[in-house]
Amino acid sequence: MANFETVEVSTDLLIVGGGMAACGAAVEAAHWAKKNNLKVTLVDKAAMDRSGAVAMGLSAINQYVDLKTGKNTLKDYVDYVRNDLMGVTREDLVVNIARHVDSSVHLFEKWGLPIWKDAEGNYVHEGRWQLMINGESYKVVVAEAAKNAIGMANIYERVFIVGPLMSGGKCSGAVGFSVRENKFYIFKAKAVMVAMGGAVHVFKPRSAGEGLGRAWYPPWNSGSSAYFTLKAGAEMTCQEVRFIPVRFKDAYGPVGAWFLLFKARATNAKGESYMDTRKDELEKWVPYGKVKPVPANLRNWLMLLDVMNGLGPIFMRTEEAIQKIAESTTDEKAYKKKMKELESEAWEDFLDMTISQAILWAATNTAPEEKASEIAAAEPYFIGSHSGASGAWVSGPEDLQTSKTKNDYFWGYVNMATVPGIFCAGDASGASSHKFSSGSHAEGRIAAKGAIQYIMKEKPSHSYDKAAIDAMKAEILKPLDLFEQHKAGSSDPEINPNYMKPKMFMFRLQKLMDEYAGGVTAQFSTNKALLEKGMDLLTFLKEDSVNLAAKDLHELMRCWENIHRMWQAEAHMRTILFREETRWPGYYFRSDTPSMKKDWEVFANCKVDPKTGEWTMIKRPIHSIY
Amino acid sequence: MPSYVIPDKCDGCKALDKTACQHICPNDLMVLNKDLMKAYNCEPEMCWECYNCVKICPTQAIEVRGYADFVPMGATVTPMRSSDTIMWTVKFRNGMLKRFKFPIRTTPEGTAVPDGGYGAGTNDLDSPHLYTEPPSCETAFQTK
Ligand SMILES: Cc1cc2nc3c(=O)[nH]c(=O)nc-3n(C[C@H](O)[C@H](O)[C@H](O)COP(=O)(O)OP(=O)(O)OC[C@H]3O[C@@H](n4cnc5c(N)ncnc54)[C@H](O)[C@@H]3O)c2cc1C
Ligand code: SF4
Ligand code: SF4
Repeated sequence: MANFETVEVSTDLLIVGGGMAACGAAVEAAHWAKKNNLKVTLVDKAAMDRSGAVAMGLSAINQYVDLKTGKNTLKDYVDYVRNDLMGVTREDLVVNIARHVDSSVHLFEKWGLPIWKDAEGNYVHEGRWQLMINGESYKVVVAEAAKNAIGMANIYERVFIVGPLMSGGKCSGAVGFSVRENKFYIFKAKAVMVAMGGAVHVFKPRSAGEGLGRAWYPPWNSGSSAYFTLKAGAEMTCQEVRFIPVRFKDAYGPVGAWFLLFKARATNAKGESYMDTRKDELEKWVPYGKVKPVPANLRNWLMLLDVMNGLGPIFMRTEEAIQKIAESTTDEKAYKKKMKELESEAWEDFLDMTISQAILWAATNTAPEEKASEIAAAEPYFIGSHSGASGAWVSGPEDLQTSKTKNDYFWGYVNMATVPGIFCAGDASGASSHKFSSGSHAEGRIAAKGAIQYIMKEKPSHSYDKAAIDAMKAEILKPLDLFEQHKAGSSDPEINPNYMKPKMFMFRLQKLMDEYAGGVTAQFSTNKALLEKGMDLLTFLKEDSVNLAAKDLHELMRCWENIHRMWQAEAHMRTILFREETRWPGYYFRSDTPSMKKDWEVFANCKVDPKTGEWTMIKRPIHSIY
Repeated sequence: MPSYVIPDKCDGCKALDKTACQHICPNDLMVLNKDLMKAYNCEPEMCWECYNCVKICPTQAIEVRGYADFVPMGATVTPMRSSDTIMWTVKFRNGMLKRFKFPIRTTPEGTAVPDGGYGAGTNDLDSPHLYTEPPSCETAFQTK
């Protein structure tokens, strides 16, 4: 076996991941830990200053409920989320995040995040729930508070978490390895907070050359949260609810400001707006087809109908929108000033969060005030914090349960998975979408407090089985051994009959998901027969995963990232198969069951038996708490 | 080749134990070639063009060349980040230049205190209030 030092770290609460949810968790946990004499440790595969989906920055905070001014109520937010997700949402979780999210936003501002203000000193809204920010350093600022709270001595950067440690049916820590030095890590903990984001590159991206990395979702989040919770035997929810964003084509620059702030239209080859011409289609998806705003997946669907009917390209009419706003000014001077302001706002939107789009506009000599830009649907991603919903099935807060919900949605500690000792937030927890960056931070705080309560009340103590841990170490490092053992067997180590390199493994996964599970080339459409064929191919891939090989630590990480993706893929395919209807047509379309069915107004959950590897599919009821 | 290193400008971060670009890349792409003492992007097709390596490089040795499979040649987008603002220079393919300057933070680096000055709040492990709440809600805490 590769010669790796084993490093053991004992702690009370272990936070895996260093993104928005983890940073919220760190701030919260540090406080209660200090009070109760507990230790908190955080592990991130990258550097917290710039890790996760907010690494580049963001130009908007997408969840701010604004309870302070009384403009919105918690119920308003729940109604919005439930409708956007076609009825499938855990209201107790959504309300809980919504009642804490403003507090996170106020903290961000105190920490130094510039939030736009109007002349009266009020926040500038992009839309009803969104605030405009100068967000280049959003993650830096949020990470700084987290680091100041728990201290650098308790933070491990560049350590990749592979999976959970279990003892007696409870989670007792995590294992992983350093991507910088030959060190295998065992983190022993009383509870683990999972916040390793969502997954990308499970499906084939539209750009397969250099642009492979320019997925909308960052290439470094690879489904580690889903793998961790699945492997522990926790129940998962909404694994079918992937997210497909419509964005500026190829570079995936954001469209939110264009649609919401600048009120731009999107039109097809004939100059028609699909939101007008295809209005009648919405009748098929009532009641959700009739709500305002029209759910994201239905807006996608109307656009896809145009594209499938040969009416592309679809253009965001930036020139029209800017002209219209500028014309509302009174004189020449005001007009010029307004145009300059709009131009700066439009470019900042890209420069803060998708710099590639700024390069693409510059490279195509695009001046948005003169020329429209193409938009398109990206490939599918797993991001339960955004407009998808995939994640672990977690307990809601006690005080929000009703007599109807308490048996189904509550089991002791808020945001705990169905396996004791695992707490989830952000993309790691499911059925509570539209939390975005701010709500993920708030949920991280909620879950961390729940974890500390669990530690204080349950006083979990664990025993560790040395032989089992040694076996895990051998399994985790095996790709390095396989490479060393066989690399001399061919003149090019990339092509070798005895092993598979992680990149080709990833391509194999992406190809099968794309073609059988409704990716871009299948126009997001699939059916039972295709999914069953896809499952056959996935089974071969799973068998071959034991033959992954790595030439160095970087490739070892790539091997495990792709095993994580593969598990996310399996949960996804099984759940699409299970749900025999089409509920989110703009996310995926099951051509053999092409409409929404009343008896599928339920959560489709799944779990894997850690001992036998057997999958179980479960239906759970949807209850309203209002 | 999304992010790339200009050899003449890279000094390998003067052989410190870790280079700045390697430290920051969220996808573990920047590697130091120890023979040449120059950094390079080891997997350009996994680069998100997040510009974190560009922004952090002390010698401005890293630039980004748009993804060759869909971006026409000739444009550049270059940041200059200080402690409180960022200045962007966008050069178009046709030579046009645009400059934009935006604030990035309102407080001195390193000064983010976890409670944001709100204090601990109710400070009760059994209540639904989180640390800093209700003060940080800036209104009464709503139960539902
Ligand atoms: C392109 C894009 C645009 C967005 N725009 C907005 C917006 O405008 N406004 C808004 O509010 N929200 C926006 N969001 C949503 C927001 O970014 C997410 O909701 C939020 O980041 C989720 O937080 P998280 O903590 O779950 O995941 P992340 O913030 O992504 O953090 C995941 C963390 O896990 C770590 N990690 C992953 N795998 C491992 C492993 N195996 N071992 C150790 N660590 C690991 C990562 O390094 C990272 O630290 C956007 C998201 C994307 C992708
Ligand atoms: S940060 Fe700049 S100077 Fe330092 S190694 Fe990287 S490219 Fe070279
Ligand atoms: S641009 Fe971002 S992803 Fe690409 S090498 Fe630099 S830091 Fe890494």
